[in-house]
Amino acid sequence: MSGIYIHIPFCKQACYYCDFHFSTSLKKKDLVVEAIVKELKMRQAEFKNERVETIYFGGGTPSLLSFHEIDSIINTVYKFYKVNTNPEITLEANPDDLSKEKIKKLSKSAINRLSIGIQSFFEEDLKLMNRAHNAKEAKASITAAMKHFNNVSVDLIYGIPGASHKRWIKNIETTLSFNVPHISSYALTVEPKTALKKFIDKGVIENVDDEQAQQQFQILLEHLEVADFIHYELSNFGKEGFFSRNNSAYWQGKSYLGIGPSAHSFNGHERSWNIRNNSIYINSIKNEILPSEVETLTVTDRYNEYIMTGLRTIWGVSVDKVEMEFGKTHKNYLLKQAQKHINEHLLYLDDDKLLTTKKGKFLSDGIAADLFLLNL
Amino acid sequence: MKHIRNFCIIAHIDHGKSTLADRLLDATGSVTDREKQEQLLDNMDLERERGITIKSHAIQMDYEYKGEQYVLNLIDTPGHVDFSYEVSRSIAACEGALLIVDAAQSIQAQTISNLYLALENDLEIIPVLNKVDLPSANPEEVTDDIVDLLGCKPEDVIPASAKTGLGIDEILAAIIERIPPPTGNVDEPLQALIFDSVYNPFRGVETYFRVLNGSIKKNQLIKFIATGNTYNADEVGTLRLKQFPRTEIKAGDVGYLITGIKEAKEVKVGDTITDAKNPTQNAIAGFEDVKPMVFAGIYPVDTEDYEELRSSMEKLQLNDASLVFVPESSAALGFGFRCGFLGMLHMEIIQERLEREFDMTVITTVPNVSYHAYTTKNPDQAIIVNNPTDLPEPSSLNRVEEPYIKASIITKADFVGNVMSLCIDKRGQITNQTYLTPERVELNFDMPLAEIVFDFYDRLKTVSKGYASFDYSPIGMRASKLVRVDILLNAQTVDALSALIHADNAYHIGKKMCEKLKELIPRQQFDIPIQAAIGAKIISRETIKALRKDVTAKCYGGDISRKRKLLEKQKKGKKRMRQVGNVEIPQQAFMAVLKLND
Ligand SMILES: Nc1nc2c(ncn2[C@@H]2O[C@H](COP(=O)(O)OP(=O)(O)OP(=O)(O)O)[C@@H](O)[C@H]2O)c(=O)[nH]1
Ligand code: SF4
Ligand SMILES: [Mg+2]
Repeated sequence: MSGIYIHIPFCKQACYYCDFHFSTSLKKKDLVVEAIVKELKMRQAEFKNERVETIYFGGGTPSLLSFHEIDSIINTVYKFYKVNTNPEITLEANPDDLSKEKIKKLSKSAINRLSIGIQSFFEEDLKLMNRAHNAKEAKASITAAMKHFNNVSVDLIYGIPGASHKRWIKNIETTLSFNVPHISSYALTVEPKTALKKFIDKGVIENVDDEQAQQQFQILLEHLEVADFIHYELSNFGKEGFFSRNNSAYWQGKSYLGIGPSAHSFNGHERSWNIRNNSIYINSIKNEILPSEVETLTVTDRYNEYIMTGLRTIWGVSVDKVEMEFGKTHKNYLLKQAQKHINEHLLYLDDDKLLTTKKGKFLSDGIAADLFLLNL
Repeated sequence: MKHIRNFCIIAHIDHGKSTLADRLLDATGSVTDREKQEQLLDNMDLERERGITIKSHAIQMDYEYKGEQYVLNLIDTPGHVDFSYEVSRSIAACEGALLIVDAAQSIQAQTISNLYLALENDLEIIPVLNKVDLPSANPEEVTDDIVDLLGCKPEDVIPASAKTGLGIDEILAAIIERIPPPTGNVDEPLQALIFDSVYNPFRGVETYFRVLNGSIKKNQLIKFIATGNTYNADEVGTLRLKQFPRTEIKAGDVGYLITGIKEAKEVKVGDTITDAKNPTQNAIAGFEDVKPMVFAGIYPVDTEDYEELRSSMEKLQLNDASLVFVPESSAALGFGFRCGFLGMLHMEIIQERLEREFDMTVITTVPNVSYHAYTTKNPDQAIIVNNPTDLPEPSSLNRVEEPYIKASIITKADFVGNVMSLCIDKRGQITNQTYLTPERVELNFDMPLAEIVFDFYDRLKTVSKGYASFDYSPIGMRASKLVRVDILLNAQTVDALSALIHADNAYHIGKKMCEKLKELIPRQQFDIPIQAAIGAKIISRETIKALRKDVTAKCYGGDISRKRKLLEKQKKGKKRMRQVGNVEIPQQAFMAVLKLND
């Protein structure tokens, strides 16, 4: 099973916290789409033995694409790749792009899953983050989406400076009232070189508070558990049968092809990433050259990645798998290192699976680092 | 022997010794174009990175002068005070010295101290006025300064530039004309002085020696007098850019010896090599023992590495005879060593060399000088306190004495005020003030050694805009008001964080230590109180709040490798941490007291 990720590097305006690759000028949109189509052709050999199970339009803001552009990309995939019979095809979309008509038309395309960047239903929060939509558009887009799609995901952000627990609970309840089957929820993170970082440094915006984030995360877990969501990855919650198949592939070490500027690919032992620059990307693809860098993973790199991603998921880290794929020394090391965290009730063993406890979940990077091996 | 000259290059730090050595190597054709690089003899990575010489370095050159062939043995020495032991040992292998003086900076503190070392050993001094190419050079005045200092004639001073090559031929001529050839008798029994050594993981211990009498031959059975051990001289040779095996090294010459010794302890710098069957009756006096100025504990980060640390330190000691250490133990850190250093730079270099050359990651504890404590019970019996934990309880303490030094500071007249206030701030008392020239002043102070080992140089440099040089010598012990400030983490005293501090500064420093530790100790899964205490009295307190969030929200295709690398870096950092109780303390926190002003 494999996935194709397509990066659409355009947004209407820049959210203050965002460090993804995108441009707010849509001038080169046609050229990028043209290059994406061409890159798909160029790279078909990389997937000659793979069956494509998911296609994911991420960004940026893929809902800025015209129907024609979406179709031409999907058709190219079908033409040059072996696609499974019922693939998951996701479009990331922002509420301000999702009029009723647009949603209706999208539902007639090959897209069968919408992931909507709601983030909050409160104007204060949306303004503070410089989102392009307002609260009314947020609600309207979900209502319409639920009417035409059965697989809809909503993104929510917690730990927003100044946002009380009460406001956060309201956001969760509002989301649940639409009956969406999937929710992705992230702590607001201050990335270097973002506007948010600058505002915080200048004192214009209050800094994020880890304690607030941690409490709001716990609130989220409690509410979603009651609503029958399964917490299958640190930031992802789905009803039975509605886990994101595309994203699960990342955490389970499966291969994926990343198409478009800044997109990352993985083939089981190598990671590569395209250049983060639209013009260079366009020109290079025009000349049939893939503007990308490659890194080969060592056994230890792969072990570390498995630990890091595994601890975030409901599937955990399988000790048997570690032994089979990486060897006995890796396994023994893992068990030895894990003991301390088991004693501190941050990890637990369920059969052969190492999982984070409720308390350990929000500390899982630090725990993973401790279980890492270092390349010499 | 008539055709051998042994000389070293001595000077104040940065006056251009190593660069001048480059020019001499060029002029004598001792290096090929491919081998050439700036400060070629500074071949340790640490030396190149820091741009200073740490180790003396001996090298042999051939030179034809007036139709005759000469062998010149050169030793480049370090200029920094902390490595003066290197200079004194090099001097013992030579008959002459090039005294380099920077034409812009003139005579500085270590110019004088290194000159005296050379004179004590009756070396012929050739003064060289270096860097005359600099626009700021002041050749006439500085020549006068040198003439005053040495009592020589102005014509004896050779103007030179190690940068442009000016004066190099004159220097080579002077080496041959003025420095006496070595004396000694090839027919007497072998008598050679070990002046340096180094551990080579493949070949064992290499010793560097100067033959005074007799000769040393390949495969000769030889004996080290101090240890009494005999060995076969597997290989002898001269020190070129690479080692150059020979069948015999005769009286007057310098060379290396390999015997296959693997045990560092079997070789002592300063020992005499002789013939096993026909030994000399005269062991060479050797070197004075070094007197360490600062003491600190060195512990392996991983307790299991204690024995390996010991053997690494023994090997390092071969190449750094000024390092001394004895085993000690700490409740917090387990087994380690109390080490003596010649100064803070020396301590830093030892820590770095252990890491780079022996792959030993270590924790160094708060350094202190050596105090004398007297108890009320035994008021005449000094207890030597090299470790804060050795200070008797305040209740049983009669008095404490601390080491004082006489500081000599040479600076420009403009900065006298600044330098004085710094020294007075450091509990110094001025004893003398001499105008060397209308612009240059020598100031003398009596000061506690403890005040100059920590952050004195840096501040001196700042207040004098770089125009001050500094040298010191011990003048004995004087009464002191000393207390031990203890640090408690999670209500437990961590002995390795205790520091001996003058009572007047204790509150202030205790507070700063707590603040610094709060900054350096990473947050953990629980709150960690930090307290500073004198005896049972808490003088300061901070808390490290528990870590609430340690995970990034997003982890998709593009994030994975970046994130893995980030966590790997974090893990590397953790390897340098030591668990004390249930608190993880990073390596640098143990030295926090030194960085209080950053
Ligand atoms: N302009 C000029 N610069 C010089 C000359 N000689 C040395 N330097 C520079 O002075 C600096 C110090 O030179 P080194 O040769 O490393 O000095 P050193 O005396 O060996 O220093 P230590 O071994 O650390 O005491 C370097 O930047 C050299 O390039 C010279 O004749 N003229
Ligand atoms: S819409 Fe998405 S990709 Fe664009 S700036 Fe906002 S968060 Fe970033
Ligand atoms: Mg040098």
